[in-house]
Amino acid sequence: MRVSVQSAPFDLGAETAGFAASSAGAGAVVTFTGLVRGDGGLAAMEIEHYPGMTEKAISAMVDQAAGRWSLLDALVIHRFGRLAVGEAIMMVATAAPHRAEAFAAADFLMDYLKSRAPFWKKEIGPDGAEWVAAKDSDEAALSRW
Amino acid sequence: MIDVLYFAWVRERIGLPRERIDTTASTVAALVAELAAREERYALAFADLASLRVALDQELASFDAPLAGVREVAFFPPMTGG
Repeated sequence: MRVSVQSAPFDLGAETAGFAASSAGAGAVVTFTGLVRGDGGLAAMEIEHYPGMTEKAISAMVDQAAGRWSLLDALVIHRFGRLAVGEAIMMVATAAPHRAEAFAAADFLMDYLKSRAPFWKKEIGPDGAEWVAAKDSDEAALSRW
Repeated sequence: MIDVLYFAWVRERIGLPRERIDTTASTVAALVAELAAREERYALAFADLASLRVALDQELASFDAPLAGVREVAFFPPMTGG
């Protein structure tokens, strides 16, 4: 299990290939990647986080996922700092013997990362900068689990 | 002494990322009341507790949680990760 909170870009292909290659015994690898969406003339995204708590909170989510599904491995990479439109913000990868568990664990991790990992996004657009408001639907999504 | 951290718009409104505070507040709510009474910028930041979250020693907590033994309190808006 690996958690990385970093400002540097990551290589999606290399991370995915490396993760799949090291997940011995896995029959399924699921990956999700979040990108900066260029809505409404958005120029960039600035992501702030809470160093220390971020790593702890994500590790706790990964542990919870591992306790719920037969995960062989999990990877979470989440960036902070200034990101341009189209750049990858984060990725989650899960490895399990079968796909249902890999999908469920990745979905669970995404829902928790949205509203329980201490990141805050600020959109930099043509009319200035604005903090992204948390969505009620993201909070409600947690009740699925 | 307790370390108080602010993130996102809470940090911007207060104008500080963190500060050390000498307080006798026994709960988060009491600390919030103490801070809000300080200056207008604090009062503005803490005007609507429903739009704030709090973490005690890097674990999410509630506003009625006790502060005994806590070293670090952080205030921030609902998180927007992923």
